[in-house]
This record gives sequence, C-alpha cells and structure tokens, in this order.
Amino acid sequence: MSKKMDIIELLNENSRLTDNQISVITGLSEDEVKEIIKNLEEEKVLLKYSTLVNWEKTEKEVVRALIDVRVTPQQGQGFNAIAERIGQYDEVKSVSLISGGYDLSVEVEGKTMKEIAIFVAERLAPIDGVLSTTTHFILKRYKQDGVFFTDGPEDKRLVVTP
Amino acid sequence: MNNKYISDVVKNIPPSGIRKFFDLVTNSRDIISLGVGEPDFVTPWTVRKEAIDVLDRGATTYTSNLGLLELREAVSFFLKNHYDLNYDAENEIMITVGASEAIDLALRCLINNGDEVLVPVPSYVSYSPCIELTRGVPIYVPTYEKNNFIITPDDLKSKITSKTKALILPYPNNPTGAIMKKEDLEAIKDIIIEHDLIVISDEIYSELTYDGKHVSIASLPDMKERTIVLNGFSKAFAMTGWRLGYIAAEHSFIEAMNKIHQYTTICAPIMAQYAGIKAIYECEDDIEKMRKTYDQRRRLIVNGFREIGFGCFEPKGAFYIFPSIKKTGLSSQEFCERLLKEEKIAVVPGDAFGPGGDGYIRVSYAYSIDKIMKALERIERFAKKIF
Ligand SMILES: Cc1ncc(COP(=O)(O)O)c(C=O)c1O
Repeated sequence: MSKKMDIIELLNENSRLTDNQISVITGLSEDEVKEIIKNLEEEKVLLKYSTLVNWEKTEKEVVRALIDVRVTPQQGQGFNAIAERIGQYDEVKSVSLISGGYDLSVEVEGKTMKEIAIFVAERLAPIDGVLSTTTHFILKRYKQDGVFFTDGPEDKRLVVTP
Repeated sequence: MNNKYISDVVKNIPPSGIRKFFDLVTNSRDIISLGVGEPDFVTPWTVRKEAIDVLDRGATTYTSNLGLLELREAVSFFLKNHYDLNYDAENEIMITVGASEAIDLALRCLINNGDEVLVPVPSYVSYSPCIELTRGVPIYVPTYEKNNFIITPDDLKSKITSKTKALILPYPNNPTGAIMKKEDLEAIKDIIIEHDLIVISDEIYSELTYDGKHVSIASLPDMKERTIVLNGFSKAFAMTGWRLGYIAAEHSFIEAMNKIHQYTTICAPIMAQYAGIKAIYECEDDIEKMRKTYDQRRRLIVNGFREIGFGCFEPKGAFYIFPSIKKTGLSSQEFCERLLKEEKIAVVPGDAFGPGGDGYIRVSYAYSIDKIMKALERIERFAKKIF
C-alpha cells in the first residue's frame, strides 16, 4: 500500500520519471513498478501525465479566470448534472464543488480577457440553473501544484558545511 | 596565524579542509552544491509555531543549567521509546547547545593532559580539534570500506595503549554513512570493558537509519555506566539553526559536564528548548516522512554513482554517500576542484574527514530528487572525461 502511494507521489512530482528510475528510488523491481502503475491507470487513479507550463514565458497568449458560480441544485442530481454540463466546454479547465458563499469554482482559459468575458456572458451564465457568476482574472501565478513560478524561496544553507 | 599572542594549542590546530573548500566554492557562481551537512527541510511548522508562541508569552530568560525539566523528560521518553535506553530526566540528562557543545563537554570532563582518545576515521571534523583543545591526544583508528567502515575488534585493539581513556563512536557516520549494528557493537564491547574505556557515542544521525533501527551501545549490558550518549535535534528534526542537543549519561558524568557547562554556556536558548519539547511529542510523522524521503534519495544517488562507474559503498545511515574516486588517479582535492571548475558541482574531498579519506568524496543527498538527478548528469559528463 505505501509503495503504491510512493509511486503516486513520485509521479505527481515528476511524471517523466521512467519505470527504471522509480524502481531505483523505491527499491521495487521494475516489473513490480510496471504492474502497480498499470493497475493505477486501470483504476483511474492515474489519469494523465501532464506538464506544468509557465505560459507567460511562451509566445502563446493565455488568460485564465476563476469564476464563482452559484447554481440551483437539481432534484435527485444535486450539483453533479450541472457541474458536468459546465465541464463540457473546452474552455473550462476545471470545475469543483466548493463550500462557502457560492457553489462551483470554474477555471476558464481563453486568449484574451474579452474572450473569457464573452464566454461567461454567452455560454456559462445562460445555462439553466446558473444563478450568478463572478469572474476573477488571474493576473500572475506565484505557485501552482506545489511549484513556484517565481524564483521561490532560495536555499538558505551555506554551500559547504561539515 | 602569526599573531604571537595566540596559544600554541590553537596555533597547532590544522586549518579545516572543509573551510578551505568552502572558500573555493563561495567564489564560484551557479553551482549545484552537494556539499551541505544539514537537512534541506525547514523545521516542522508545529515546532516553529511553538517557539513563536513562547516568545510571544515572554520566554526570554535563562533556564536551569541542565535545561528545562520538561524537555529532559521528553528526551528521556524519546530515548526509551526509540532506543530502549533508560535515563532519568532529573539526573542523567542535560540539554546542550547542539551536539557540538556536547562533544566538547564530554571530552573536557574526561581528558587529563596527554590522555589518548580513539577517533575512528573518516569521521566528523570536530573530534580531533576538540581533543587537542583539552590537551588530549587523538589517536586515529582507520576504518575501511572493505569492513563497511565499522570499527572491528582488531582495529580497536591495535590502537589501545595504557594511556587510552576514551573511544569516540561516531555512528551513523558522517561522512561514510556507515552504521554499527548490534552485533558489530557487541563485538567490540568486551575490549572496551577490558581496557576500561569510556565511550563517547555521537548518535546525532540515529533517526536517519535506513536498515533496521538504530542501536545505541549504551543499551548493551554493562555499557550504560561507561557511555556518554550525545544526540540532538539538528538532523532528525531539521533543527540545525536552533542549536539544541543533549547528553545522556550516568549522574556523575552529567554532574561533571554540568560543572563546565554552567560556567561556559549557562544553558541552551529557552525558546529552542520549548520548541524541542513539541518536536519530540508531536513530530514523529514528520521525522518518518523526512527519513523516507532521504531513503529514496539515497537509493537514487548510490545507483547513479555506481552506474556512472564509481565504486560506491552503500550507506545505511545519515545523508551522505562516500564514493571512491580512486580509479580516476586523482587526489580527492584535485577531483573536487576539477568537478567544481568544470561542472560546477560542489562535493567535499574525503581527506577533510581525516586520514584514510583521500580517494573518496563526500556527497550529501540532503537535496531534492530533481537536483540530485541534475547533478548526476553533470557528474557523469565529468566522469567520461577522466575515466
Ligand atoms: C557527526 C556529527 N556530530 C555532531 C554534529 C553537530 O551537530 P549540532 O548541530 O547538534 O551541533 C554534526 C553536524 O554536522 C555531525 O555531523
């Protein structure tokens, strides 16, 4: 069980680790590693091997916004049906049910602020059951998924110590 | 040192090999350093929070010389719980300013002019200078890779004379990463008793043991009364900057060491002491998590060096590897200087840790997996040039 968690955590940190590297780090055989990863994929624990990109450093223009959405839950479905409905748009990168003053937090990606504003006005807000939306544009990312986009805290240790 | 007022003892202490290399490294830019002897983790938040809170409430005074009783009770609990050691909080434990002060106190309470102290090498850089400062004589006991860098009965016997007073037992070892298992300790125990030696057991890396649990020599029968156990918070709890350590020993030793400590130090910082209590009672999970992370890195880096083609002893403790660079034909100093200059990687020459260390380098793995992998790439490129 804990070796399984080790592998999940290692891949979560760096999805490019090879089976061989994982086997060295965990002390498992390469075959065991392959087997565990295969099972995790089948159980849909591991869904995708993705990369964290700092788009600001590329030529692609990307704007992201976090949208607070208040909705009316549906009879027998709760929030699931409407959350999945919202999630169907390619522009929508994540949908989460959250506690607090509103219901769903939706992260949307577009080329410009205007494009996102239009998406919200014309596609998101009119959906049946959506009561209100509040759009927050992300201006600068400092840290995401545990990784600093800025330089982050430096190693404060002396370079060589006994 | 050509100031005529400086005492002979101090003048005669050779310059530190680490210091020399430190100056070299400090003048280079953009290096990846694998030269550090302290954790890359910050102290667990619970512990930091406790220090902030007690400061807020005005904990700014001296404590008793031995340290806060509550902390000594915590240490007593920890030693019992982890290593099955029985030390009475009131009489047999004292809190020090790091294991560093503990080393100094243990030596000073034992050594008469000219007494010999056995120092296994390679080992931590402080022992010999501290012995010399107490007018003792350090006698090196070489340990060998072929023996897993432990002290064997024969090595030990061959260095004992009528003047031998004490043995430093530095396991888990910095820089080799060697540990001494119960049977290894049992094998030297009778010699220690027969020659009436006192053991100064520096167990600062005890929690960072990756092959079974750490065994303290003081837990063997008849050994408690002749062992001074040194330990601290620096490594296991990632608390190097707090300067907090402790000594566990029979009351008469504690009394003697406290005699020195009360005049030279008074006490360890009070906020660090309060934080230490929290560390012991509430950070078992943090220690375990850090230990596991070190263990992963250890496997990665040992494998990395072996694949590049270095002979690399498998360390079972601390957070260093001690690979052999003998096949390059370079001295440790040459190797490290070239690695620094050509690939901007800093590691520490093995000869900084005493005789027998030449031909080796100390590489710390108190770094992220990512950083270790980057460093290994550069080391491989360097190795291809010189093999
Ligand atoms: C073997 C050994 N003993 C003692 C110490 C000193 O530790 P402290 O920070 O507790 O003074 C160190 C630190 O590097 C060490 O490696």
